[in-house]
Amino acid sequence: MTELLLDARKVRVEFGGLVAVNDVDFNIPTGSIVALIGPNGAGKTTFFNVLTGLYTPTRGGVHFDGVSIVGVAPHKIAASGVARTFQNIRLFGAMTAAENVMVAMHPHLKSSVVSTILRTPRQRHEEKEARATATELLKFVGIGGTEEEFAKNLPYGDQRRLEVARALALRPKLLLLDEPTAGMNPQESATFTTFVHRVRDEKGVTVLLIEHDMKVVMGVSERITVLEYGAKIAEGTPAEIRSDQRVIEAYLGKSATEEVA
Amino acid sequence: MFTDFIEKLQPKSVAGRRILKISGYVALLIFILQLPNFAFTKDTSGPLPLFTIVLCAVYALFALGLNIVVGFAGLLDLGYVAFFLFGAYTAAWLMSDFGYQISERAGASRHQFSFDVHFMSAAADTLKGVHLSFWLVVIIAALVAALAGIAIGAPTLRLKSDYLALVTLGFGEILPEVFRNFGDVGGFNLTNGTKGIGPVDRVDMGLLSRLPKLPLVGKIPANIVSSDYKTKFYVIIVFCALFVYSSLKLRDGRLGRAWMAIREDELAASLMGVPLMRTKLWAYAVGAIAGGVGGAFYATIVGTINVDTFIFAFSIIILCAVILGGMGNVWGAIAGGVVITWFDQTGLVWLSTKFNSAAGTNFDFKSYQFGLFGLVLVLMMLFRPQGLIPATRSRQVKKADKQVLEHDHLGYGLEIGIDPPDHRPRGLPDEFETRRP
Repeated sequence: MTELLLDARKVRVEFGGLVAVNDVDFNIPTGSIVALIGPNGAGKTTFFNVLTGLYTPTRGGVHFDGVSIVGVAPHKIAASGVARTFQNIRLFGAMTAAENVMVAMHPHLKSSVVSTILRTPRQRHEEKEARATATELLKFVGIGGTEEEFAKNLPYGDQRRLEVARALALRPKLLLLDEPTAGMNPQESATFTTFVHRVRDEKGVTVLLIEHDMKVVMGVSERITVLEYGAKIAEGTPAEIRSDQRVIEAYLGKSATEEVA
Repeated sequence: MFTDFIEKLQPKSVAGRRILKISGYVALLIFILQLPNFAFTKDTSGPLPLFTIVLCAVYALFALGLNIVVGFAGLLDLGYVAFFLFGAYTAAWLMSDFGYQISERAGASRHQFSFDVHFMSAAADTLKGVHLSFWLVVIIAALVAALAGIAIGAPTLRLKSDYLALVTLGFGEILPEVFRNFGDVGGFNLTNGTKGIGPVDRVDMGLLSRLPKLPLVGKIPANIVSSDYKTKFYVIIVFCALFVYSSLKLRDGRLGRAWMAIREDELAASLMGVPLMRTKLWAYAVGAIAGGVGGAFYATIVGTINVDTFIFAFSIIILCAVILGGMGNVWGAIAGGVVITWFDQTGLVWLSTKFNSAAGTNFDFKSYQFGLFGLVLVLMMLFRPQGLIPATRSRQVKKADKQVLEHDHLGYGLEIGIDPPDHRPRGLPDEFETRRP
């Protein structure tokens, strides 16, 4: 049996009377690429927010790398190796691309207030290395040379790439991508599939993505979990999901399936 | 427009820029060292007496401190007066005869206590009370203010923007009241209430006075004579310089990046591993240190600490200085602090005398002070919201914005049919999934 990097059991999130995530069992084997899909409002992003510590589940447990992360502060979960991007890009606009990436190195850098003011050799060395790593990461995501550009001045596609570079700077074990191809044209989406594989293979990162573009989902993921109205309705390989009756109903509606049949 | 012009003048090569920068610093240093020697600074009724220059430097230090909190970390603090107060009272406690309270000196207090400690102080040994060296007191005041910053910050920094501003405003109002009423705490007199504490000892020269006779400078005296504003000016300039240097280094380091990230997007920062609470508390603590040091120095130059000095208007004036100068820019904060203090201390009075003698009227600008400050702020927001000397960052972002607009009339967001990232909704919750009951 493959090792589980993430193991969520019976996760339930309620906002008042609204059940956003309904007793979902979900796990991610180490080193895999997994997708979470479902119609709008199915609870996918809420589930992401549980995994990154923004929401504490009403019930249920989440273990990351063998440790429970329920109730742990977001920055601690991030430091332990869960990085994410955002559905609506949330870069630090008035900071340069390199600085954006370097912010995410925060948990790994050691320099203190005193050593920063005194500019100790160790602090200068650390800063230099951090900068080199940032340059390298920007190159890795395909926007090398933009180090000194302000994040808000980058073109949209580059901003998406920068978000991934920033997330990778955390040296994550698990990378959560929230609708990474939103706003991309079909060509960009196609290259994205190879990109995700590169991230997994070269950086050794397990990937979980939320995605609406079915071409991307079917092309990139090894396993797919489908949520509808906060509940898990299907789970399996892309081929299994493609032919799953309930998934087709969720996406196309009942009458549509009858017509197809 | 003006900044564009300046930028065109700047040399293109790295070496050229470095030479320009270094010569700029040297020119600034020479100017500051020579400033007290100019004839017009000796004239106390003129536009720029030395005492005003010293106060300008003190307020510039305060503005530098608040700039860390407001400019770097983006936390709106309306209670900066608290740190000023802690610094000033620390100096008053440790550099006066207040610690020696018996018989008539004890005033209303039923309990009497008497400390008699001397440590390298400017005060004569025959004086009773606690008299420590100014330099030691500055360090203690910095620590006290930093701890006060953490104590005030810990419960309040969980709040965001407007709510944080309101609570800090509350603290800024409460603390002076507490000090006003601590003239009698269970019989102990801790602050001397409305009567204030004084006289506070003068600034001593610490270990420097133990040095043998130096060339150029000569033998350094044990303490600064109270009328010697020139030396006092150099002392406060040393603190300002240290704080400018520390601000710049912190800004470019790990902590400064974290502050800016929080200013830009708090939620994203925390998800990138930045501990929000700790990072914000550092901003408060570092900003408070400037308040504490400035407060202690202020106590020594005015000689008597009175609780009426610590009013809400102080916090507002310092905030105005930061906004006027350019949020997030240390040079802007200094410029703002100097300009505002000059108008506050000397400028308005001087201008009204000039105006009245020329026009034959009897008009007092000073009584319209806050109205004028308000007007200036409104005009600034309308015509130059980025401040007198904006942060390089906002200048460059703005410039690039303009270029994007010039190249592409539609703007990027419109072209691809989604909102540009600037107009994204902010704050928690990220996206509620609310389609279904």
